[in-house]
Amino acid sequence: MTARTEKRSSRVDEGIGESAPRPDGIAKLKGEFEYAQDQWVEGMLWGATTRSPHPHARVLSIDVAPALAIGGVHAVLTADDVPGRASFGLEHSDQPVLAGERVNFWGEPVAVVAAEDDATARRAAAAVVVEYERLEPLTDPEDADSQGEVFRRVRIRRGDQSASGSVVIEGFYEVGMQDQAPLGTEAGLAVPDGHGGVDLYATSQFVHADHEQVVASLGLRPDQVRAHPAGIGGAFGAREDVNLHIHLCLLALHTGQPVKMVYHRSESFTGHVHRHPARMWYRHEADEEGNLVRVRAKISIDGGAYASTTAAVLANACYFAVGPYNCESVSVDGVGTRTNNPPCGAMRGFGAVQACFAHEAQMDRLADVLGMDPLELRRKNALESGDPMPTTGQVIETPLPTVEVIDSLAAMPIPEESERAGLPGGSGLTTEEHHVVRGIGYAMGIKNLGFSEGFDDFAQARVLLTPGGAIVETAAIEVGQGLVTVLAQIARSAMGVSRAEVRHVDTSRIDSAGSTSASRQTQMSGGATLQASSRLRARILEHFAGDDLNDDGVWRDGELVVPMSRVTDEKWEETVTFRHPPTSPPDDDGQGVVHADFALAAHRAVVDVDPELGLVTVVRVDTAQDVGKALNPQSVIGQIEGGIMQGVGLAVMEELILEDGVIRNPNFTDYLLPTILDAPDVEALLIEQEGSWGPFGAKGVGEPPTISSTAAVVAAIRDATGRALTRVPVRPQDIAL
Amino acid sequence: MMVSFTLNGSPATGRVERPVSLLDFLRDELEVTGSKSACEQGECGSCSVILDGVVVCSCLVMAADVEGSSVTTVEGLESEETLNAVQRAMHETGAVQCGFCTPGIVVAATDLFSHNPSPTTVEIKEALAGNICRCTGYGAIIRAFETLAEESA
Repeated sequence: MTARTEKRSSRVDEGIGESAPRPDGIAKLKGEFEYAQDQWVEGMLWGATTRSPHPHARVLSIDVAPALAIGGVHAVLTADDVPGRASFGLEHSDQPVLAGERVNFWGEPVAVVAAEDDATARRAAAAVVVEYERLEPLTDPEDADSQGEVFRRVRIRRGDQSASGSVVIEGFYEVGMQDQAPLGTEAGLAVPDGHGGVDLYATSQFVHADHEQVVASLGLRPDQVRAHPAGIGGAFGAREDVNLHIHLCLLALHTGQPVKMVYHRSESFTGHVHRHPARMWYRHEADEEGNLVRVRAKISIDGGAYASTTAAVLANACYFAVGPYNCESVSVDGVGTRTNNPPCGAMRGFGAVQACFAHEAQMDRLADVLGMDPLELRRKNALESGDPMPTTGQVIETPLPTVEVIDSLAAMPIPEESERAGLPGGSGLTTEEHHVVRGIGYAMGIKNLGFSEGFDDFAQARVLLTPGGAIVETAAIEVGQGLVTVLAQIARSAMGVSRAEVRHVDTSRIDSAGSTSASRQTQMSGGATLQASSRLRARILEHFAGDDLNDDGVWRDGELVVPMSRVTDEKWEETVTFRHPPTSPPDDDGQGVVHADFALAAHRAVVDVDPELGLVTVVRVDTAQDVGKALNPQSVIGQIEGGIMQGVGLAVMEELILEDGVIRNPNFTDYLLPTILDAPDVEALLIEQEGSWGPFGAKGVGEPPTISSTAAVVAAIRDATGRALTRVPVRPQDIAL
Repeated sequence: MMVSFTLNGSPATGRVERPVSLLDFLRDELEVTGSKSACEQGECGSCSVILDGVVVCSCLVMAADVEGSSVTTVEGLESEETLNAVQRAMHETGAVQCGFCTPGIVVAATDLFSHNPSPTTVEIKEALAGNICRCTGYGAIIRAFETLAEESA
């Protein structure tokens, strides 16, 4: 390398604030990116799972002999073969690795099989003979509540409980069970290491949590199990919990051979947790000017058979029960029930989605009764930085530009449509244009960022400077959201070098980055990457007595003093464990500093409805979102548009239909997902008010788009039809009958 | 039985021992894994390939039925090291997130643009109506192909 007399600008390309392209984009476009489904090793067996056909039954006997008798079958394992802890779970280890005496939900794993190919493994799984004594399933959450079958109760009391307002709105709202439906189903490969340990390469949002649970159930030392990040086809909450991870490791260690397993779609619908269905009773009281005086809510979410993250989802629904509004008198009672329905857990929005549907319907009704513009009512009550949360009393310390979000959305024009992709019901002869009624609706939602309630939330990242540029090592999971892009951008900007690469490393080589959930990785792993990069740069400059670092090397007073080749003769690395501001558990009244940060968004939906046929087209959804600082605007827009689409799905089509605990539509023919023909036009305004503790003031952006988009679409359908529409998804019969 | 066909312009042969879809045959027998399996029933388009000039869901085609046919997967679309125009447009607009739907969308859109170099937005949407994307909300995908259509006009 030759020293140059003229120093280049220290600003690097594809640093923060720029729409840098995905580093894995080209491989994905060419079909070369390796997903967990695509893994293959020599001598590999295939795994399959025997599942309960009943939502509730006693297991009287299991006969594995017919499965073992099939040629090519290497192992059939049951609960008796689990050497360590018999159960697992993210918050409570209450879910059996394999059901022993009893099955508690439809599709619960009872046995696992390893065979020489996928088809043989599935045939063998079906050949396991399980004798059941069917038991009455408990499927009604209210029955569960009255029987004391609960995972958690939340009680929030704030302010004068006798306060009352002259305008009273009461309502009951329901949210159906939504599925994350990531396109990649659950998949993984476990490879025995020949010394009693195992390497796991499986779909996940949180490899360190998988590691901990695998170690416990296999009865191994932590260093004997390595969980590796694998290629992920979407997640949205579905991959936070263990599903096939322990099974794969059991089979691999039992057979001494690598074992691969890939769920089929129908299995995936039973193999991961879903969004909690909710029932919510609300009473809002306001004065004649529209100031909220008192809000009371009772929120019931059904956790299904096992705990998963129900306790945290319930808490979120309760903490955000009022929405981003000031109110001095609040009471919320929440319950998360245990039933024989499919287990529910994390999905994008995590409890805030359900509450938002209810509080926004209440706000619209209140505006209607008061004769106020719905946005004006929201503006009047807007919760902002410096205000106490209406539920917990926590004073919001980070920026919360609620009024700016409302005003920005209100000012957005509704553009003329360019070209219609079709009327409600499609482009055929289903409806006629003169039957179509247009509606416009608004909604706003708020949610926490990062983990709450005193959880020790941290993320570790390691930054190295090598001859090839900066390397960021992390166990944080890239699920498609673009973490792999943004961490490299942060490293480039903070180090001052133009080449940076993110390397996903296994659990033995780095400490946890925490879960890729709660909109947290840009702030948490991004925070760790920023600190590690900044410290590494400072150390290098100090070591060489320089004042600037770029691709050429270390500079002092405008002169290149140490070329990069010499800088990287030495080993440079810095590891940082980043923690967000501490939170604490709530007190007995649900009060306290329970959250680390907040973000909000507002949505305006425009719909066309045929009221007689009950058909809806979501024409457009516009939004203003509090993003702190957009580190990669293109990625932020991608999160916003994708999140809105999932919110639209919950509003008008997505629901797992249960009948006595059995999912009736576990496939893509009957579980409707939005297609490109259902996609509304989206215009998004990114509201940047820096000051959060995230890197460069960034806030997480993944969940807010999903929170209030559902409520806005339903508000628009109400506007078009005059119907109350207190349940999502809104079905044609809810409009037409 | 042995099945011989043309895969991405080259002769390919594989053993079919049981009723198996073209998708599983490609992925598990021939180890050509670019086409993805996501629904196994022709609803999501992740497994889209071009079979004798027509876009099909390879999960709905029996492997034995491609004897003598020509099959193009995502691996057969780019020229050497470069991306084709559809892939380049998607890369530039951020139309790839998790990427699991991407091979199917690349196949369907490449087929569209080969027949109709400057499609309207409605034509783009109709051509991709069989491809589910769970990440992007389709916005960046539509923008990618609207831009490409303008460039081709």
